[in-house]
Amino acid sequence: MPKIVIPSALKGFTGGHGEVNVEGATVGAALDAFVERFPDMRKHLYDDSGRLRHFVNIYVNDADMRELQKTETPLNETDEVSIVPAIAGGVDTAADPLSGQPWLNNRLSSLPELNQEEKLRYSRHLIMPEVGVEGQRKLKAASVICIGTGGLGAPLALYLSAAGIGRIGLVDYDVVDFTNLHRQVIHFTGDVGKPKLQSAAEKIEQINPNVTLDLHETVLTSENAMDILRPYDIVIDGTDNFPTRYLVNDACVLLGKPNVYGSIFRFEGMASVFDARRGPCYRCMFPEPPPPGMVPSCAEGGVLGILPGLIGVVQATEAIKLILGIGDPLIGRLLWIDALKMRIRELKLAKDPDCPVCGVNPTIHELIDYQQFCGIPTHQEEGLGSEWEITPREVKARLDRGDRLQIIDVRNPEEWEISRIEGARLVPLPQLADRLGEIPRDVDLVLQCKSGVRSARALEQLRDAGYTRLKNLQGGILAWSDEVDPSVAKY
Amino acid sequence: MTIEVGAAHRDEMRRHAEEAYPHECCGFLVGVNGEKGKTIRSIRRAANTRDDSPQNRYLIDPLEFLKAERQARADGLDIIGIYHSHPDHPARPSEFDREHAWPYYSYIIFSVERGNVVDARSWLLDESRAAFTEEAAEGLEIQ
Repeated sequence: MPKIVIPSALKGFTGGHGEVNVEGATVGAALDAFVERFPDMRKHLYDDSGRLRHFVNIYVNDADMRELQKTETPLNETDEVSIVPAIAGGVDTAADPLSGQPWLNNRLSSLPELNQEEKLRYSRHLIMPEVGVEGQRKLKAASVICIGTGGLGAPLALYLSAAGIGRIGLVDYDVVDFTNLHRQVIHFTGDVGKPKLQSAAEKIEQINPNVTLDLHETVLTSENAMDILRPYDIVIDGTDNFPTRYLVNDACVLLGKPNVYGSIFRFEGMASVFDARRGPCYRCMFPEPPPPGMVPSCAEGGVLGILPGLIGVVQATEAIKLILGIGDPLIGRLLWIDALKMRIRELKLAKDPDCPVCGVNPTIHELIDYQQFCGIPTHQEEGLGSEWEITPREVKARLDRGDRLQIIDVRNPEEWEISRIEGARLVPLPQLADRLGEIPRDVDLVLQCKSGVRSARALEQLRDAGYTRLKNLQGGILAWSDEVDPSVAKY
Repeated sequence: MTIEVGAAHRDEMRRHAEEAYPHECCGFLVGVNGEKGKTIRSIRRAANTRDDSPQNRYLIDPLEFLKAERQARADGLDIIGIYHSHPDHPARPSEFDREHAWPYYSYIIFSVERGNVVDARSWLLDESRAAFTEEAAEGLEIQ
């Protein structure tokens, strides 16, 4: 009878036998007879779909059965079928993007100690071998800076502080607004009107008083970015505009720091880790920004309140992994989450050798003007010119006088549902060109949107189509609510 | 569980790890697994067949494993574990190590910094294959 030779690792499942004789004219038949006799072996040799596990090799005498006729390989009476464990391993260098960072080269003794309270607080980390006391001390030694404390910054700050990151920097200059509350969960209703940094700091202090917080209450600019980011080990980009994204990317490349990226829009989000020392940067993926206005912001297009939570938590996870040097970082990969279909896709990102900032011959050696790079017009060139503008109060006065005046609302139907100006007619901007027939030429038209930007574009379209009696409502429906009719809801 | 290493075996593995630096070395722990735990009786070097990235990966040819196991059994012994080195990295298992490891075997890892072994520890994969636990190893300490 052919013989099955069992490695010592599996002898526990054969009653201690290192060799077992079984019937079988082929390798497949012999293995079947073997697992029938020792059913516990099955799960060690085969996966759930019945395939041989990747860490198991089957040898017939001195040959791999895959180089013979696989399970059909015939056996004679004296053949030996050996189960041979695949033995492999090694260091995850790709998972150690911070191997140049101080704490990985430091001997254990130079990492900060954990006190008793911290040992208790982090106990569920400490009992995992991937973290352990050493890993938690690395987290305590680490410093992370989050750009923005909005949708992405809120979950980032909550989880990173809870996880015991020693030093967290926050950059924001905004104040908490009612429209932030459905997603920026670090800010509460009572915080409306407060600076976001103050609101976030109060929560973090409650979550984990061990965290040292640096509050940078400023706009991140080409002038201050290098100095603000330099002291930190990891930069996390939680911003929502292209100039800042390119600014953060370039600063991270120039400083040699990983940039944990996330972005959100409506139901979709993306995340990646840009570390130019080991993979592509943001510019390798998007060499040029989209034309201004082409990609709507969350303020214009909306966002599912939960989505920044999903993406921000992915970013926080990546930051923690980078610090611990464990797992596979999202370097060279773009995670794309579609919450509506609840599908997660992964795109491979390659480093671009021609990248102007991280390529072979970079042309960008210092930070540039990112507003200009992204084609954002300066305030002087932005306006239509005052002859085209009208204030809400003027419109109201003219309507009260009984002037023939038609307000054209170019917002989307969803916004129309929230609130509208009485007497206005809805023609969403994307449909404007196709619906000119509905727009009278013989009356004065007042174009209106939420804040006056889209209606200015509508005005230009109509002007190009030959309309002359046009005005743009300054400040849109928001200004209308403030100045004319407070019963019109703002959003 | 404990594994009894012994200074002579430790030094043999340590020499291998330092010779192989900056590449990873690998080899077999041959011995017995008795009621009181494992005891190493001899060390058998293996070739690292990963010539694409030997500085951070090792792979033992299955045929070499088969031959090592045959020899061990002929001597009344068993393969009780595997040793390998982590050049310029700590002596703790990587995620890649975990994915490719087996329960039962002791995995001794040598941390080699700039050509000198600075730490060595032994690890056991739990039955669920989810995590490694450090194993007490007598005579493995690096002074």
